[in-house]
Amino acid sequence: MIYRSNADLGGQDVRDAVLPEPEGELFHADWEPRVLALTLAMNAAGLWNIDASRAARETLPHYRELSYYQIWLAGLEKLLLQSGAAQPDEIDQGRALHAAVAASKVLHAGEVAAVLARGSPTVRKPISPARYALGMRVRTLSVAPPHHTRLPAYTRGKCGVVERIHGAHVFADTHAQGLGEQPQWLYTVAFDETELWGVSRPRQRSTVSVDAWEPYLEPV
Amino acid sequence: MELRVRALETVLTQKGYIDPAALDVLIDTYQTKVGPRNGARVVARAWCDGEFRNWLLHDATAAIASLGFSGRQGEHMVAVENTPDVHNLVVCTLCSCYPWPILGLPPTWYKSAPYRARVVKDPRGVLEDFGVSLPETVRIRIWDSTAEVRYLVVPQRPKGSLRLSERELAELVTRDSMIGTGLPLEPGITPAAGTPI
Repeated sequence: MIYRSNADLGGQDVRDAVLPEPEGELFHADWEPRVLALTLAMNAAGLWNIDASRAARETLPHYRELSYYQIWLAGLEKLLLQSGAAQPDEIDQGRALHAAVAASKVLHAGEVAAVLARGSPTVRKPISPARYALGMRVRTLSVAPPHHTRLPAYTRGKCGVVERIHGAHVFADTHAQGLGEQPQWLYTVAFDETELWGVSRPRQRSTVSVDAWEPYLEPV
Repeated sequence: MELRVRALETVLTQKGYIDPAALDVLIDTYQTKVGPRNGARVVARAWCDGEFRNWLLHDATAAIASLGFSGRQGEHMVAVENTPDVHNLVVCTLCSCYPWPILGLPPTWYKSAPYRARVVKDPRGVLEDFGVSLPETVRIRIWDSTAEVRYLVVPQRPKGSLRLSERELAELVTRDSMIGTGLPLEPGITPAAGTPI
């Protein structure tokens, strides 16, 4: 099975300039805040988790042609269909035609502030001791797994140093696939620029880190 | 798009998955309540109060929560401090992870392909797009937010700001300076870039 993320952009050959934007400019069309709110409200309904929603978005075939909130809208429609919460004819016609599936809860207006303030912490009790310690050299796995994962392609098969240890966190890879939280130790691993980019570009005196779960790493 | 979104909202309301009033509250929250002025308060406090700064650098989640900011997309915070030798820069190359409770919703460029593709490989080129040029002696430290840890850059306190109050200092802290693509304003310069929330 091939799993292809269209969202893994780090280091790709994109030449366009980055366009700064003033602080107060949040939305660029009236429908954008509605999509934001629909997505947040449906995330609270408990029909899928955040990792599954990232997987749904990053595998959209037209990801790179869509604007940000178009990606969110297409991702939401996809999740609704996948979970059975809505059927294609309902999305086409804009009205309910089939029975609803059981959602774990409905986010009511009065609860929004409390639900946002609580968030969804991902730290869990570790099930085993951490394999790596601060300052240790590690190598990232070189082969991408055939499912949602959070190790960017530009850091695959690279040597780095453990700079921070964040405790055990819900493992995005299994969580996205509906295989449970399976908490794993999470590390900040820092890479020297020549390790990542070779000498293909002039040195910039830069260091890049990613946050990597233990299964992404092997000892050097 | 407008029609497609309205149609979806109707379906979800009719099926009982959402409370339409909650949508308005969600939008209002991120339009008027939660934005980068929260983060500016955190940074200004760190500039004024050495004990708070140490707390922020060692346990950012707790230090930030003590000012009333916590929750969704800020559950696990790390604050990284700029120094004369190190400049920090934050990105999410895989999607758009961003510390919502203190910076609000990410700007369009943060979510865009050029920023996500280029900043890890050509950080100095990206900084130029923002009109920022750093000495060659400064190391650029880029944090790719690939898990649920969210990063806040604590910029260097501007020169000539010694006499300012915490409140006045917060006005110098721009959103971009807390992501690392900008520097704080200098005292006496009015913010051109934004409407404080």
